[in-house]
Amino acid sequence: MSMVDGPTPLHTAKGDQAAENREAVGTPPGSSAAAVRRGWFGGLGEKWQALPRQKQWAFLIIVVILAYLLPIINPPLISTEPGNDFALACQTMAVWALVAVGLNIVIGYAGLLDLGYIAFFAVGSYVTAMLTSSDSTFLKIPYLWTIPVAMAVTMFFGVLLGVPTLRLRGDYLAIVTLGFGEIVRILATIIPAMKGQVGFQNVGHPPGTDASGVPIFANSNGTPWYWLTLTILIIVLLLAGNLERSRVGRNWIAIREDEDAAETMGVPTFKYKVWAFAIGAGVGGLSGALMSGQVGFVNNQKFDVVTSVLFVAAVVLGGAGNKVGAILGGALVAYIPLRFTAIADYKYLIFGLALVLIMIYRAHGLLAARQQLLAYGRNAYAAVRAGADAKAAKTKAEPGTEAAS
Amino acid sequence: MYRKKVMTTLAAAATLGMLMAGCANQAAPESSGSAGGGSSKVNIPALTSIETPKDAVLPAGDGKATCPSTTTLAYIGAETGANAQLGINIFNGIQLAINQHNKSNANCQVQFKKFDTEGDPNKATGPVTQATKEANIIGVVGLPFSGESKATGNIFEQQKLVHITPAATNPTLTDNGWTTFFRGLGNDAVQGPAAAKFITGKLGAKKVYLVQDDSDYGIGLGKTTSDGLGAALIGTDKVTTGQKDFSATISKIMNAKADAVFYSGYYAEGAPFDQQLVAKGYTGTFIGPDGLKDDQFIKQAGDASANAFFTCPCIPGELIPTFESAYKALNNAEPGTYSIEGYDAATVLLAGIDAGNQDRSKLLTWVKGYDKDGLSKHYKWNDKGELQAPTVYGYKVENGKIVPIGAIGE
Amino acid sequence: MIPTLLTLLPAASADDSSWITFDIPSLMQNFWSATFDGLTFGSIYALVALGYTLVYGVLNLINFAHSEVFIMGCYGVFFTLSFLGFGPSAPNLSVGSIIVNLLLALVVAICASALTAFLLERLAYKPLRKRNAPRLVFLITAIGASFTIQYTIFLVRGPNPEPALTMFKSRPIFEVFGTFIYDQQLIIVIAAVIMMVITERFISKSRTGRGIRAVAQDPDTATLMGVNKEKIIITTFVIGGILAGAAALFYVMKIPSGVQYNGGFILGIKAFAAAVLGGIGNVRGALLGGLLLGLIGNYGQILLGNSQWTDVVAFVVLVLVLLLRPEGILGTSLGRSKA
Repeated sequence: MSMVDGPTPLHTAKGDQAAENREAVGTPPGSSAAAVRRGWFGGLGEKWQALPRQKQWAFLIIVVILAYLLPIINPPLISTEPGNDFALACQTMAVWALVAVGLNIVIGYAGLLDLGYIAFFAVGSYVTAMLTSSDSTFLKIPYLWTIPVAMAVTMFFGVLLGVPTLRLRGDYLAIVTLGFGEIVRILATIIPAMKGQVGFQNVGHPPGTDASGVPIFANSNGTPWYWLTLTILIIVLLLAGNLERSRVGRNWIAIREDEDAAETMGVPTFKYKVWAFAIGAGVGGLSGALMSGQVGFVNNQKFDVVTSVLFVAAVVLGGAGNKVGAILGGALVAYIPLRFTAIADYKYLIFGLALVLIMIYRAHGLLAARQQLLAYGRNAYAAVRAGADAKAAKTKAEPGTEAAS
Repeated sequence: MYRKKVMTTLAAAATLGMLMAGCANQAAPESSGSAGGGSSKVNIPALTSIETPKDAVLPAGDGKATCPSTTTLAYIGAETGANAQLGINIFNGIQLAINQHNKSNANCQVQFKKFDTEGDPNKATGPVTQATKEANIIGVVGLPFSGESKATGNIFEQQKLVHITPAATNPTLTDNGWTTFFRGLGNDAVQGPAAAKFITGKLGAKKVYLVQDDSDYGIGLGKTTSDGLGAALIGTDKVTTGQKDFSATISKIMNAKADAVFYSGYYAEGAPFDQQLVAKGYTGTFIGPDGLKDDQFIKQAGDASANAFFTCPCIPGELIPTFESAYKALNNAEPGTYSIEGYDAATVLLAGIDAGNQDRSKLLTWVKGYDKDGLSKHYKWNDKGELQAPTVYGYKVENGKIVPIGAIGE
Repeated sequence: MIPTLLTLLPAASADDSSWITFDIPSLMQNFWSATFDGLTFGSIYALVALGYTLVYGVLNLINFAHSEVFIMGCYGVFFTLSFLGFGPSAPNLSVGSIIVNLLLALVVAICASALTAFLLERLAYKPLRKRNAPRLVFLITAIGASFTIQYTIFLVRGPNPEPALTMFKSRPIFEVFGTFIYDQQLIIVIAAVIMMVITERFISKSRTGRGIRAVAQDPDTATLMGVNKEKIIITTFVIGGILAGAAALFYVMKIPSGVQYNGGFILGIKAFAAAVLGGIGNVRGALLGGLLLGLIGNYGQILLGNSQWTDVVAFVVLVLVLLLRPEGILGTSLGRSKA
């Protein structure tokens, strides 16, 4: 292992791909060694790929129905009660999952490290608050209309930030976006119209009241909010999936893997990076709008670096580049502190340890992104696997060639 | 070879630098001679006897109360997060009240539950909804901060669950038409003008510099205080929560030759600010509101805190020896900012339970009609849930202790 | 461009309508004191920034947990000095014994920070390197480690800062341009610059330093040339820890009540920004970036009227610099700096 993988402290995407290739060649799939290394999550991925399309759909429908029923079932061990209302916890998890799906487009697909995603979340929240809250001097529109407005405004901000900064590479982009996140938060304090920590009260919500006159979408009523957010999440997921398989998605992945090579091969890298940034920003704004609607109050207290970094943690934890992983990661990062609210002093210690341990034992995220061809992926995957098997058999016969190559 | 030479030279330079600085340390004259207002050490004597309200309601009651063993009071607010200490001060006060109550009332053991919001409005709806869902919880002390109170007041209102905030001071909180919201202390509109009068009157300051933080509390209080200061206000600055280095602000204050600085915010920033101010040769007075009036201020500002005065819309109840020693015995710490508010608010609710108000609607009615003294002030609310204007008291630091100097602002 | 857009927003109330004003007389009046204070805090940024830069140079990793390496140094200073009898009042000791005490605190702080950095590398990052984890995973592990250390301290020491410790009473020693320079400022700046120069010399001249640069430039080739990569990595972390420990002493000297469980995080972010400003991976860049960041923040807040502008100005300047010089002011990486 150490001989093959060699001393590569620079973990470039290139190096990882090479490592993964080596891994694929070194151990035939299905052998016990592979099973041990991939663990049960990885094994699930293999099996999932092998299922026929219909079975995949049937299984998915069951998962979706279970997801909708989650706050009603309120499973005992999983429940965040007695510290936190479980339906509201579900809503928070869904919002975080949505954030992670959006950020996954930026980080996972296009490979742009954005540490200031909170800025877009904040802009989305503020658009909703300023257009619906009774504390704002702007014109008022119904809550549901603010969602597309929030998306449009955040996409505009995404382009605005992206055009000058996306020429920067790697970690320089990271610090610039981090700075942008801080600037938005602090400007909200400085600019009187944004009301800083004083905040906006009575942010709007979708219409409708129940029999006793309490709004259906009250800020204490988690289930309808959760269903709304989950529905939006599923729609965004389908769109993201289509995007991933389209020409745009392929270009993003080309940029992620090797920007120079992509440019040489005729991919207009800058344009596609701005696209990724803008679309990611739009989803961020959408989640901000949903969050502020549910909480009913917006101030700038939590649009800080820590939350922003936790967004990135959500994506990486799930497995950067894998949208299902992003959902899992987002939900988990939101869930751990909520679950342990009852032992408040320990919750962030548990959270920190969980992050470290998951990363050490699942170094590619809970659901690692597979290197697979996106169009006709299944056929190609089978073909490649067959080829790999043959090559592995050959390698076994001739030890030494592997290390030499 | 070259490297060694460089290292030696540098080491020598370092020692020299330190020595030089050290010598200066010895040689410098006592009065630093730098800018800053004239030494305006106002000598206001401390109150020798604290006027304890004679008939203050105490949580112990008459010891004959009976109630179901499921009766529960809750604290909802920060237990962790940046403002954890304020939350800890409050729930320790509540815990003390409940312990004293349960000890003397064998037939009425009130349970106590805590819900953590981190002081964050975004995280507050979950715990509040959970608390309102639990039918056993019939009264709540919380939420401590104005932001989270704004975000969750309507949930209490929907569930008709009475809650007394021990710390949220934004004046607009009572304008929401909530019938379940009660404020257990004076709001910013009470304290600001009194503080301004105190500074320009008793302290005799001519040039006041006002620094406020970015919290709801700091902004609101900063506004009412600066309105009251009028022409004596010679400059303002704003700082950020979490800021540690105040050198630029201090340089402005020194150049403006201010003889008093009012800091509108909490001790977490106020204490290092005062410390750095004094380290730069400032000789005037430093005044802060109840957010600063905490033992932690003295611990963190060190000797610099000797120039500090505080204002607080509360009777100096935490200086009542019985309360202080009982609190210390329970929590192994001095009572802090809002400890007594938490204690008193819990006492109001406990007295209601003892009087037989053991469901949500009865307890709500009880609090509405309450009219008695607590350890820190007289508790009687108007129909909006605002206390009848409490007296504002002044405090100063003497020998590393906060001591009262009597009522101010009349 | 963002501020101009935001000016289009209507103001909430008439009296606050001009939220951005330029107070040039105030800047003129406070220029020199802002400069000296900025340099003082900038030196602390610079020392912490070095830790980020070195680790970044060698591992291409933003070591988010470096702020905790720093804060452990602060606790080292705090415990040593309180053990030695320092308290909120300035101690009544001779110059010599103050220096001895401070040196002792410095040694303990350095040990505490270096040990934290060492353990961090061994327990959190090395297992990842073994598993060939992607770069982002290192970043998240760093964040997880940062949370773990912060909240372990939180559990042990509680949410409050430790009581203030005054090391010595800071006095003005001479006057430049009508502004006093304090002994404290002088000590911090001189000592920090000396440490930076020593580090720079060490990296560019010593055998280990050459190893660090070799690994930063091309780890595979460096290994082939006989450099022990693991040893170099651990050395880099320890050097970063040592500098953070020194920074901790100066930080506690400047902000006696700054020892708190989460007291390092924001400073860490600023220090990382400083490293990027100067050119990440570049030792001289860290010094330049740190000092500049300290100065810019101070000038900015005085020019714009309040301290809330400090970080906005610092980050806007950072963005502008990166747009003009995409690799920071000094640009070159650790590996390519002169042999």
